[in-house]
Amino acid sequence: MSERRVVVTGIGVAAPGGLGVPAFWDTLMAGRSMTRRITHFDPSDFRCQVAAEIDFDPAANGLSPQEARRLDRAGQLALVASREALADSGLGTDALDPSRVGVSLGNAIGCTELMEREYVVLSDGGRKWLVDPEYAVPQLYDVMVPSSMAAEVAWTIGAEGPVALVSTGCTSGIDALGHGFELVREGSADVVLAAGTDAPVSPVTVACFDTLRAQSTANDDPEHACRPFDRDRKGLILGEGSAVMVFEELEHARRRGARVYCEVRGYASRANGYHMTGLKPDGREMAEAIRVALDQARLNPEDIDYINAHGSGTKQNDRHETAAFKASLGRHAYETPVSSIKSMIGHSLGAIGAIEVAACCLAIDNDAIPPTANLSTPDPECDLDYVPVTAREQRTDAVLSVGSGFGGFQSAIVVAAPERTYA
Amino acid sequence: MTRRAVVTGLGVLAPTGIGTKAYWAAALDGRSGLGPMTRMDPSGYPIKVIGEVRDFVPGDLLPSRVVVETALMTQYGLVCADEALRDGELDPGEQPEYEMSVVTANATGGAEFGQREMQNLYAKGPSQVGAYMAIAWFYAANSGQISIRHGMRGPSGVFITDQAGGLDCVGQARRVIRNGSTFALSGGTDSSFSPSGLVGQIPPGLVSLSTDPDRAYLPFDVAADGYTPGEGGAILLVEEAASAQARGVRPYGEIAGYATAFDPHPRTGRGPNLRRAIEGALADARTAPEDVDVVFADGYGVPRLDRLECEALAGVFGPRGVAVTVPKTATGRMYAAGPTVDLVAALLSLRHGVIPSTLNVTAVSPDCPVDLVLGDPREARVRTALVIARGYNGFNAAVVVKAVA
Repeated sequence: MSERRVVVTGIGVAAPGGLGVPAFWDTLMAGRSMTRRITHFDPSDFRCQVAAEIDFDPAANGLSPQEARRLDRAGQLALVASREALADSGLGTDALDPSRVGVSLGNAIGCTELMEREYVVLSDGGRKWLVDPEYAVPQLYDVMVPSSMAAEVAWTIGAEGPVALVSTGCTSGIDALGHGFELVREGSADVVLAAGTDAPVSPVTVACFDTLRAQSTANDDPEHACRPFDRDRKGLILGEGSAVMVFEELEHARRRGARVYCEVRGYASRANGYHMTGLKPDGREMAEAIRVALDQARLNPEDIDYINAHGSGTKQNDRHETAAFKASLGRHAYETPVSSIKSMIGHSLGAIGAIEVAACCLAIDNDAIPPTANLSTPDPECDLDYVPVTAREQRTDAVLSVGSGFGGFQSAIVVAAPERTYA
Repeated sequence: MTRRAVVTGLGVLAPTGIGTKAYWAAALDGRSGLGPMTRMDPSGYPIKVIGEVRDFVPGDLLPSRVVVETALMTQYGLVCADEALRDGELDPGEQPEYEMSVVTANATGGAEFGQREMQNLYAKGPSQVGAYMAIAWFYAANSGQISIRHGMRGPSGVFITDQAGGLDCVGQARRVIRNGSTFALSGGTDSSFSPSGLVGQIPPGLVSLSTDPDRAYLPFDVAADGYTPGEGGAILLVEEAASAQARGVRPYGEIAGYATAFDPHPRTGRGPNLRRAIEGALADARTAPEDVDVVFADGYGVPRLDRLECEALAGVFGPRGVAVTVPKTATGRMYAAGPTVDLVAALLSLRHGVIPSTLNVTAVSPDCPVDLVLGDPREARVRTALVIARGYNGFNAAVVVKAVA
């Protein structure tokens, strides 16, 4: 039996800088930083007061009043992106065999935003440990157990095959895509909505990252607060968003004459087995994940035209992944453009891995690569080509995207332009 | 040739006992772990009976630096992982690091840890949130901590599919073994007994409000009126079959089949898919229904859901066509932990030729034509067992385990 191949036939994105793929790609190509002083709550008492927020009106984006009330912001963003991806793919849900359709949704921190709001009411502002059950809203269980969001996404496409929420912290998005890729490749599904979503700009999550001292404190210059690979970087900036991709078995896509953005060629993850938040500077496990993903993709390091970095904006990360690129790609690491879109849209935890792969699909589609914004004074320890400030037009056939996160997880995924033989 | 996955080590932590030996002895003796809530003052809450893990002293079992930075769900996972490795006689330090994976499931996060820090935030201010909140409450903490403790650096994962996760993670463990890992620690853990965690379980209206521990959770009974929530964990050491043979470790059984199916939204009018998950797992295991010796049922304890499960079972096996048991009547539904604990019970049934019984059920409903194992445990030749799990919102999963010839 010949190997089943997996292609991307639809994309939907909700990210800072605009909802929908065109607005997302414009933001990236313009190198526009979307980080700003937090408006979701008054951040005055927090160490970090900056985030990349989406200006999002649920009703204006097609959510019904019940969806808007029932769903946490992360779920709302996922629904909007799912509907865009489905429409983009041209899949008629009536024509699908529901048992052959799955969902793999990445998410790191559940329905935190709504959970926190409801906690405040239940505990009367933190006064009560023994919270009041009579203030429990009907959707409280769904808020506590975030597989509810995977269910919501499944209902948009009528999926009755494998449906799961993948929650490996900051690599959730990329790992959910990897899982979706495996489901289609092994034959458990023909179509999978592969996605990530998170909405962490709420007091509890900002406070968590404050305690870790992981966030930038450039509160007086919010637009330039996230500076991956820059000598003057101060830390990460949280963002929010969702990206959904339609992963489809190649023959299934070909039979219906679908537009193919690119092919998912390889995915691997490794754990550093070292520390929940700390990274060793040698990037060893990320390098291993990259090597295995390239192997699976049957590509050589020289085939990679662009690397979408994790690039969170911490010194520890920048050096870790720079070492990982050198260890896995050898000399080609120095010749490959590397950029971090977190410099513009922040770190949306379990969403960003999916958003970054969406950017990679668009890079292939447009033969252009997004820049690393705010990179004005390169860190001398980071000596690769990080595409400072300005987007580049260049032929882009094969792209590597990586993620690194809490728990020590390191993941890599490879997508490549569809071959001419598909047509 | 597909690489086969067998189970060579077990670790369990349940309201009926800490450790596999204690859990299994209680299951065969018909001892219940359900009782009045002691974790918090129950007077303000409609739920009175729960399945609490008692006498768990994490500091006796784990290093203190790990205890301070972990929620209960993670401590349960770490303790179960330690036991599974001991039981499987595996020293991870002697194995290739990238060939060992960790795949866990969880439903509710670190509920008590999270509530405590949330209270610090709102009662005292952002600077009073503890340094470990960021790495303790979230769903990935369990796989991360287990991987770090044992230097297991292979492909790992965390699955959330409500209660079905306890099987979905084991299905994924089998997948990583097929794809090249030699070992995977895999299972579900959950503990949601903080006040806000408890209150979150009320709105779906599926939890029994009975005050009598022996009458609260009665799946398939005429008196069924909901389930009792529990807490706990189970971790399996899943291993590539040839490796187990080479190491000379006797497997409890093979993960022979796995399937998952998601229910359509009720408004579509299409029926649920539990039967398809069961049939998928049997087909995957190349097993005919008549070869199944026992079913560890989901047993929600909610009449409507019990009826649906019985329809699926009758459809596959015929009415009263197979022995069915629900040992979680002794522990309560431990969310993502529950189905993995059922897998442990199924594997022990294979080994010992005895099926633990369903506690407290006395009058099986006429709507539920199942051969339910009641009273004493049933001695039987068990070569093949089916484990079923369902999660809120329509998640269905099924696993077939088989004795290794």
